[in-house]
Amino acid sequence: MARIIVVTSGKGGVGKTTTSAAIAMGLAKKGHKTAVIDFDVGLRNLDLIMGCERRVVYDFINVINGEASLNQALIKDKNCNQLYILPASQTRDKEALSQEGVGKVLEDLSKDFKYIICDSPAGIEKGAHLAMYFADDAFVVTNPEVSSVRDSDRMLGILASKSRRAEQNKEPIKEYLLLTRYSPERVRLGEMLSVEDVQEILSLHLLGVIPESKSVLNASNSGIPVILDEKSDAGQAYSDIVARYLGENKPHRFIEDKKGFFGKLFGSK
Amino acid sequence: MSSLLDYFKISKTSSASLAKERLQILVAHERTSQNQPSYLPQLQKELLEVIQKYVNVDKDAISVSFEQDDHQETLELNIVLPENQTRKF
Repeated sequence: MARIIVVTSGKGGVGKTTTSAAIAMGLAKKGHKTAVIDFDVGLRNLDLIMGCERRVVYDFINVINGEASLNQALIKDKNCNQLYILPASQTRDKEALSQEGVGKVLEDLSKDFKYIICDSPAGIEKGAHLAMYFADDAFVVTNPEVSSVRDSDRMLGILASKSRRAEQNKEPIKEYLLLTRYSPERVRLGEMLSVEDVQEILSLHLLGVIPESKSVLNASNSGIPVILDEKSDAGQAYSDIVARYLGENKPHRFIEDKKGFFGKLFGSK
Repeated sequence: MSSLLDYFKISKTSSASLAKERLQILVAHERTSQNQPSYLPQLQKELLEVIQKYVNVDKDAISVSFEQDDHQETLELNIVLPENQTRKF
């Protein structure tokens, strides 16, 4: 049986697709057969972030409608043979996703894969609902910013009440906080909510902090998940997150300001 | 010198602490209203109409709240009667 992970946030633009691509690649690189599914029908972008946009032939909706088999639609990643991408449809409207159809695809994938990552669209409409409905774990991607924290809290309420696990009275979805675009320096200056602040408000288990980093845009420019940029802080932060998720004991990094005491005294803003 | 001042800046004045305070209030409020049954506003309105038949109460004098814990659900109804009660009948 596969473990189904939803990457969700409520708010758009906080880093769901970047995170989905990085986490999927990280798990696959550790030797676990992983599939990553784009649930953003009509606005697909996972293919672009993963660098496989020119290899899309069939999509998720084609599989749901029986117009293509799963094997025809799954795209094997060029960097890792344990990783497969199921792109969203760019033309169909969101109504084409059905609970039965999504459930069937996830069930079929579960036979062959260890992890299934569901990249949720923004919002709380059908696509977002179906992305989280079957999940075992939820990675709640949050920016240290008021609207993102509020939307994450709203999402937590939905995860706790509208998922399959909730409806069947099973053990609830395990929720993890991923704080992205974090700037320790701005936190020190009192200009940004700290990781402790966000944790206190959301009462969530912290899986990791991704620092604000130029490497994220560089990675998406070139269509290579940022986790493969092993020299970058964001890449290392995602590697830590994958390791922690798999049960390794990794101390948190990228939370403290890099500058020492003297740097703080004499450093420029 | 500005960085020295920054280092000792009292967090109370920062925008981050303002953000935290606003979020804590908002999130607490939204969590309670999210768990409430959807019939609550209608119930409050109808109860008010019934009570107003008999007692002159203001619409703010009535509050209906719903609370939930592991064991039970509580529907609390609070009506503040005016000091010199004037019965309608």
